[in-house]
Amino acid sequence: MAKIQVQTTINGEQLDFLCDGQQSLLSALRDELGLTGTKEGCSTGDCGACSITLDGQLVPACLVLAAEAEGREIGTVEGVAQGSGLHPIQRKFLEHAALQCGVCTPGLIVATRALLLKNPNPTEAEARYYLAGNLCRCTGYDKIIKAVLDAAASMRGESA
Amino acid sequence: MSNPKSDGGERKYKVVGTRPIRHDGLDKVTGRANYGADLALPGMLHGAILRSPHAHARIKKIDVSKALAMPGVKAIVTGADFPEIGSGGMAAGESHIDPKDLQANIMARGKALYHGHAIAAVAATSVEQAREACKMIAVDYEVLKPVLSLEQALAKDAPILHEGRKAVGVPPLPEGDTNIMMRLANAKGDVDAAFKTADVVVEGWYEASMAHQGYIEPHATVVTTRENGQAEIWCSTQGPFAVKSMVAVTLQLDPNLIRVTPSEIGGGFGGKTTIYLEPVALLLSQKARRPVKMVMSREEVFRATGPTSGTRIWAKLGVKKDGSFVAADTRMEFEAGAFAGSPMGAATMTVFASYNFPNFRLEGLDIVVNKPKVAAYRAPGAPNAAYAIETVIDEAAEKLGMDPIELRLKNAVKEGDVASYGPKFDRIGFVECLQAAKNHPHYKAPLGKNQGRGVGAGFWFNVGLQSSATVSINDDGSAVVRTGNPDIGGSRASMAITVAEEIGIPVERVRPLVGDTDTVGYCDLTGGSRVTYATGMAVIEASKIVIEHLRARAATIWGCEVDAVEWRDGQAIGTNGASDNKPLTVADIAKQMGHTGGPIIASASVNPPAAGPGFGVHICDVEVDPETGRTTVARYTVVQDAGKAVHPSYVEGQLQGGAAQGIGWALWEEYLFDKDGKMENPGFLDYRMPVASDLPMIDTVVVEVPNPLHPYGVRGVGETPIVPPLATVGNAVSRAIGVRMHQLPMTPPRVLDAIETKKG
Repeated sequence: MAKIQVQTTINGEQLDFLCDGQQSLLSALRDELGLTGTKEGCSTGDCGACSITLDGQLVPACLVLAAEAEGREIGTVEGVAQGSGLHPIQRKFLEHAALQCGVCTPGLIVATRALLLKNPNPTEAEARYYLAGNLCRCTGYDKIIKAVLDAAASMRGESA
Repeated sequence: MSNPKSDGGERKYKVVGTRPIRHDGLDKVTGRANYGADLALPGMLHGAILRSPHAHARIKKIDVSKALAMPGVKAIVTGADFPEIGSGGMAAGESHIDPKDLQANIMARGKALYHGHAIAAVAATSVEQAREACKMIAVDYEVLKPVLSLEQALAKDAPILHEGRKAVGVPPLPEGDTNIMMRLANAKGDVDAAFKTADVVVEGWYEASMAHQGYIEPHATVVTTRENGQAEIWCSTQGPFAVKSMVAVTLQLDPNLIRVTPSEIGGGFGGKTTIYLEPVALLLSQKARRPVKMVMSREEVFRATGPTSGTRIWAKLGVKKDGSFVAADTRMEFEAGAFAGSPMGAATMTVFASYNFPNFRLEGLDIVVNKPKVAAYRAPGAPNAAYAIETVIDEAAEKLGMDPIELRLKNAVKEGDVASYGPKFDRIGFVECLQAAKNHPHYKAPLGKNQGRGVGAGFWFNVGLQSSATVSINDDGSAVVRTGNPDIGGSRASMAITVAEEIGIPVERVRPLVGDTDTVGYCDLTGGSRVTYATGMAVIEASKIVIEHLRARAATIWGCEVDAVEWRDGQAIGTNGASDNKPLTVADIAKQMGHTGGPIIASASVNPPAAGPGFGVHICDVEVDPETGRTTVARYTVVQDAGKAVHPSYVEGQLQGGAAQGIGWALWEEYLFDKDGKMENPGFLDYRMPVASDLPMIDTVVVEVPNPLHPYGVRGVGETPIVPPLATVGNAVSRAIGVRMHQLPMTPPRVLDAIETKKG
């Protein structure tokens, strides 16, 4: 079967890749482009481990066809860190011990970035509902939510 | 070695008890960390598994010829490719495994015993091709009647899963073919007579559904084989050495040929203490002479890896007016899944462990059913046991009009008490936990309308087992610590903290590594809440040897006796005639390693026969909507004795995570099977684990009653927190709606039904 050529922008970099018609964007990112920071937990859009942004919108990469990435801007966990430093969200996840096994962490960080772009000052409930599509089995979410709220405060310039 | 004496909590720590950033954290927040499915090798093939569409069937014939002829298909294996092996036990961390059963669970031989049981596997140039080829494998089944519940399994005319297999354990045992694989029993005193002296007697059946560990990372492996028989296995596991021995036994290979490299692990909770894909990928790789990668889908994880047992437990408790327990009795029925080996044994040992029962009797049954073979799940067996006993205790407290924590305090085990399962308790912190819970503001807070407050306690043994560690000093004075325990929740940080504490260098100057089976000494698996306890002890011992080296090097530099060199605060300090020398730091000594005797490195190993038991007490407030039966967790507090928290954030994380899993199990999670034994909800949409919006913040109180078996007083903390929640949430719901709940999960329909029944 002929491959489809896709031109896209990933984390600000223009990239071309080849994919099959039925291939998911998750598979293209991981298997064609070596961007394995985006994780696969279910492939049915239920766990959020493969959260990415597509033209700024938070989506599970497993439910997007790779060919749909044509001309779009994709944001993955690999593009979250800024220059040589970590993004405040990443820093706060570390400071709050908001990860244990860490496999849900890339998706949660991408989702949190999308949340804070939309809503720089979320309440606890707003953060919990926005991140309800990102399963974490290790932490019970307590430290994740604290990290998210602290990152938001930090990004608003209200804390270190 | 014997256990070193604990410092009894009097030692002043510099690093232990602090909260440094975990060393592996950077790679985990940037997506750089490599998990099971993240490895790709040149020339790698992809494997897929054909799974049984029947819960119980005889496999009459498998024809792979059409599949093998498909383009891109390089190899196929079936049960016939596995060597014949005999039964017999093999130690596997906390439990024992029958190699024959292990092998038959990995690839069916003769019979398919659950829907999803592996029948054949294909390696092809793409996953899609491998999956397509699976569909072309022709299997001739004789479909048999499945056994889908404990009731069906115990029925007189029940279909038999394992013909000719006899029950083992404590008589009376069933004669002839049976689905009961093991019966255990134990008793103390005259239970029947004691019940007659009780003022209040409560009893009931408590049922829990099969539930899954729910780790977010599916099982994954990449296996490379060589012409000389060597195999390199990369996989997501809690125990690389356990994988090595299990693969060797299932394939009858010389273990010396196998090297296992653990990937980062995306959750395990006990579920990654066994193997599924690794021997299959190895055989495919041998046949195809190329590396083979196998990754399970979420559906496969649900259908064909080990959840924990569905259980039916009857418990009866007799109490005097003053609250003293006089007798307890229990019968515990555990679904093992398709092969023997539920955690029933641990359940029988934990059920009465938290309290002094002058008289008790217990019976436990391990029962096979046509469902996936269960695997370990965090304190295996104990949550189910605690669900029953902690519920009847709550009911007794209600009947006596007594505060449920007071009732527990009256009967709680203390140092010197003999545990129901045999040994005498050393220093333990159950009473301290109960008191901390009683004094917590949560326990005194007023409740709102339709709210109820539940309390529950839990016990877990924790284990010691074998561990080793190597500590080396770099030429800049930094250190590396290497162990063989995959880091599932921050253990690299606790290993580094330990080295920093002992040697006296900053924790950031210690690099903690997890090695493969060829680069580190043997370590039993990451499980049993043992890593910070046992592997940490090996790290302490290795660090102490390193300090001896550092002192000797300082003595060489100063030209004095080693006895004149003291090690204090990360420095060699001269005494007795050597005191004129300027103290030497680790970096000073490391710089001169080449002139004073060469590299500084030390290894140590431990094999502690026991660990300090963990106790926890949970408080939960729920609000139940009387119109819909929907339960919301309004507030939750976990109190647990950690002995000594090495990295308090990750201790709190274990407490919170365990509570969250328990809440999910209590309220939402369950395996649903159709009448033919097909799981109906093999995905995260319908197998409903807690999401962020389901839970409140989970408050923690870390009690520190030092464990006398560990130099810092550390107790394992990982498993205990999942023991109390089933009963805690259950007691909260029961008190909110005024009627006792007997079945988990307490879904809205079940709660609504209970409310309606009460109304009459």
